[in-house]
Amino acid sequence: MASTWKELLMILIGSSLVSNVVLSQFLGLCPFLGVSKKVETAAGMGTAVIFVITLASAVAGVIYRFVLIPLDITYLQTIVFILVIAALVQFVEMVLKKFMPGLYTALGVYLPLITTNCAVLGVALNNVQKSYGILAGIVNGFATAAGFTVAIVILAGIREKMEYNDVPQSFRGMPIVLVTAGLMAIAFCGFAGLIR
Amino acid sequence: MNNAGERLYNGIIKENPTLVLMLGMCPTLAVTTSAVNGLGMGLTTMVVLALSNAIISLLRNMIPDKVRIPAFIVIIASFVTVVQMALQAYLPFLYDALGIYIPLIVVNCIILGRAEAYASKNPVIPSFFDGVGMGLGFSLALTMIGGIRELLGAGKLFGFGVMPASYVPFNIFIMAPGAFFVLACLTALQNKVKINGEKKGRDMSKIQSGCSSDCMNCSDSGCSRRFYGESREEVK
Repeated sequence: MASTWKELLMILIGSSLVSNVVLSQFLGLCPFLGVSKKVETAAGMGTAVIFVITLASAVAGVIYRFVLIPLDITYLQTIVFILVIAALVQFVEMVLKKFMPGLYTALGVYLPLITTNCAVLGVALNNVQKSYGILAGIVNGFATAAGFTVAIVILAGIREKMEYNDVPQSFRGMPIVLVTAGLMAIAFCGFAGLIR
Repeated sequence: MNNAGERLYNGIIKENPTLVLMLGMCPTLAVTTSAVNGLGMGLTTMVVLALSNAIISLLRNMIPDKVRIPAFIVIIASFVTVVQMALQAYLPFLYDALGIYIPLIVVNCIILGRAEAYASKNPVIPSFFDGVGMGLGFSLALTMIGGIRELLGAGKLFGFGVMPASYVPFNIFIMAPGAFFVLACLTALQNKVKINGEKKGRDMSKIQSGCSSDCMNCSDSGCSRRFYGESREEVK
């Protein structure tokens, strides 16, 4: 549990840039490819993802540490995490609707899309696999989601410009977006030397 | 057994989950660094898909409609856990290679999609074969993508060197960007088939460009809407 500032900083940079959740781990591809047509919606999606993943990694971390480990049932992690995340997203949606209508109108549409976003479950499982403590897990969740936001906003910016380009007919739509994502992934490979 | 054969054909060719329906893209890209990994992932998914389809179909009259999605998820997650432990025990090299993507089979749209679209409405035997067929189709596509990437990126196929010694591998194809490029070419090919087919007046509506046209739509029809289907109406 005793994670130093340095370790946390390493996690922060490592998870957001070096092993970017979409571009090098391929988690959360569906929203990445689908909700990246406009920069504003992409940023909205990114904010919602940051919110949910940070919260989910906190809750999953606490449950893992204080329920699964004491009862010695860590092998049930997949089942527990997926149910907790699904319930959490629904709960967050209800709470936001009731108490923070402003935030709800901003994030509401994206929340249901996030439940099945494999990035959320992926982060929870990653935290366990790398045996992060609760705090390190939360930092990792936040950093992963921030990396997702950076990637999706950049992709949306490029796609907005690409509207006016003359793309070969068979490459229109998804294929050209995938090529763009591939080029972005090459660019993100450049961060690999940042951490060792 | 005719019915079973038809389900297999449907899964492998007609409605191939990866190449035609474009479902379950995350594992498709992540684990296809080599043909063996692709095949391993495909077969693992197939086992989960066939077993969960069979059990869901068996319980289809017992599960109340309102809680069917959480119920399906628990069934799927249980099988994933079982398969994960089996892999860890008997095929540790595959377990290490696939890593976190094994538990992530739970959120693979193909499985929940088949449970909802087929297994929850049909008897046990066809559901089981539907799962096997879809799983084989998935394995086929993953092995193919893995094969292409391994061939270009390492000059090998299933671990055997098949390219002449003078061949310099494009390392990039076994790294992350290569996955995007290979998938881009596959979807472009799919678009071409679709455009040609439409010119000839054939019905090509089965072919979906996955999340391409509109992901709101994809995630909705794919999984989330199913999660929320009932409860959302109530909230309103």
